[in-house]
Amino acid sequence: MAKTEIKLTVNGEEVAGTVEPRTLLIHFLREQLNLTGAHIGCETSHCGACTVDLNGKSVKSCTVFAVQADGGELLTVEGLAQGGELHPLQAAFAEDHGLQCGFCTPGMLIRAQRLLRENPDPSEAEIRWGISGNLCRCTGYQNIVKAIRNAAQVMRQKEAAE
Amino acid sequence: MIPANFEYHRPGSVDEAVSLLTEHGEDGRVLAGGHSLIPMMKLRLAEPAHLIDLNGVEGLRSIAEVEGAIHIGAMTTQAEIIASDDLAARCPILREAAELIADPQVRACGTIGGNVANGDPGNDMPAVMMALDASFVLRGPGGERSLAAREFYEGPFETARDDDEILTALRIPARGAGQGQAYCKLKRKVGDYAIAAAAVVLTMDGGTCSQAAVALTNLGITPLYAEAASAALTGTAVDAAAIEAAVEAAVAITDPAADLHGPVVYRRRMAGVMTRRAIETARARATGG
Ligand SMILES: Cc1cc2nc3c(=O)[nH]c(=O)nc-3n(C[C@H](O)[C@H](O)[C@H](O)COP(=O)(O)OP(=O)(O)OC[C@H]3O[C@@H](n4cnc5c(N)ncnc54)[C@H](O)[C@@H]3O)c2cc1C
Ligand code: FES
Ligand code: FES
Repeated sequence: MAKTEIKLTVNGEEVAGTVEPRTLLIHFLREQLNLTGAHIGCETSHCGACTVDLNGKSVKSCTVFAVQADGGELLTVEGLAQGGELHPLQAAFAEDHGLQCGFCTPGMLIRAQRLLRENPDPSEAEIRWGISGNLCRCTGYQNIVKAIRNAAQVMRQKEAAE
Repeated sequence: MIPANFEYHRPGSVDEAVSLLTEHGEDGRVLAGGHSLIPMMKLRLAEPAHLIDLNGVEGLRSIAEVEGAIHIGAMTTQAEIIASDDLAARCPILREAAELIADPQVRACGTIGGNVANGDPGNDMPAVMMALDASFVLRGPGGERSLAAREFYEGPFETARDDDEILTALRIPARGAGQGQAYCKLKRKVGDYAIAAAAVVLTMDGGTCSQAAVALTNLGITPLYAEAASAALTGTAVDAAAIEAAVEAAVAITDPAADLHGPVVYRRRMAGVMTRRAIETARARATGG
């Protein structure tokens, strides 16, 4: 089957690659771009460990073909920290024990940043609803929710100060 | 979990998509949100040789009012359905049902057209469309036709859509005065398909029900329009006796399989519970309660 050339922006940088149409976005990221932040948990579109941000939407990259991202704009967990400084969500997850084994964390972080862009001041219920497509086997979610709330506050204060 | 290989097409218009579908016949398959199709391709339950991606097609992503009816483009996502306050005011059952489908990531991709075209009896929108008496607009090489949702479902993953047709839009009749709607779905957790679910749309006119429609999700080999249950409510005050009769008539047409969540007898019992709740909720909403 003919391979296809794709070009997209990943974490602000132009990248190109050659993929089979059937190549899933998660495999392109992990195996061709060596961006191993997004994880493969279930492979069945349930766990959210593979979540990335594609054209302003949270998507499960195990359920999107790489060719579909051609021309698109992608953000992965590797693109969250800026200038050597952790993103407020990353800092809050560390501070509030929002992770244990860390397997779900890249997906949680990238999902949470989209959630906070859409709703900068979410209630606890809205956070739980917003991350309901991301499973965590360790934390019981309490500290993840807490970290997202605290990060939201920090981000609102930063925004107000600017 | 890697799908079989295929050739990828990204048409820019409905006409182009239809001609690709016509050219490739049975080997061609349309890709919408991909959240039913790609999982099936990974399991090799689907192995289309040609995949025709509708995401680049102009004009299929819209919500509009046309002569009082609501027209929703097939590629409108579940997230867009939920986000539309206008739609929620005109036809509240759509947001109510969409919020019960999967999770945020799946709803960001999954489309309303894919949900009704898929033909899986576990999909939630088909029963909602049956209760609303919606119709589906199909475009094929011979032109356009419209089919009632109630006539659309023939078997598991079998619909009245021809292989060379594309679903372009859903048409929902305007909601008249005194109409109440409700979708009640029983599931254990986010991301689960219904153990049992019921959609009810009914109109109360001075204490009497002038129109009623009941439809069921995941309780047979297709979504089910419960004709006798609907008739059992029409012309009544939707009192306890009428509700009892409707619930009994709805349960009578169910034929679910036993699954992880429980045996057949449980799922049929829950069909009754969901039907009763949906009727009571729709009636309360119809009368402003
Ligand atoms: C974890 C998870 C949980 C889920 N839970 C639920 C749930 O609770 N309830 C529910 O209803 N669904 C659920 N789904 C399925 C999801 O809603 C799908 O998005 C939906 O069933 C299909 O829509 P799609 O746009 O993704 O279509 P696709 O997967 O792209 O297509 C599905 C089928 O329809 C055909 N098709 C799609 N669009 C058209 C068109 N315009 N014209 C002709 N044919 C077309 C395709 O060829 C394919 O055969 C779940 C999915 C996942 C991954
Ligand atoms: S690996 Fe994609 S959802 Fe689990
Ligand atoms: S921290 Fe281990 S899965 Fe979430």
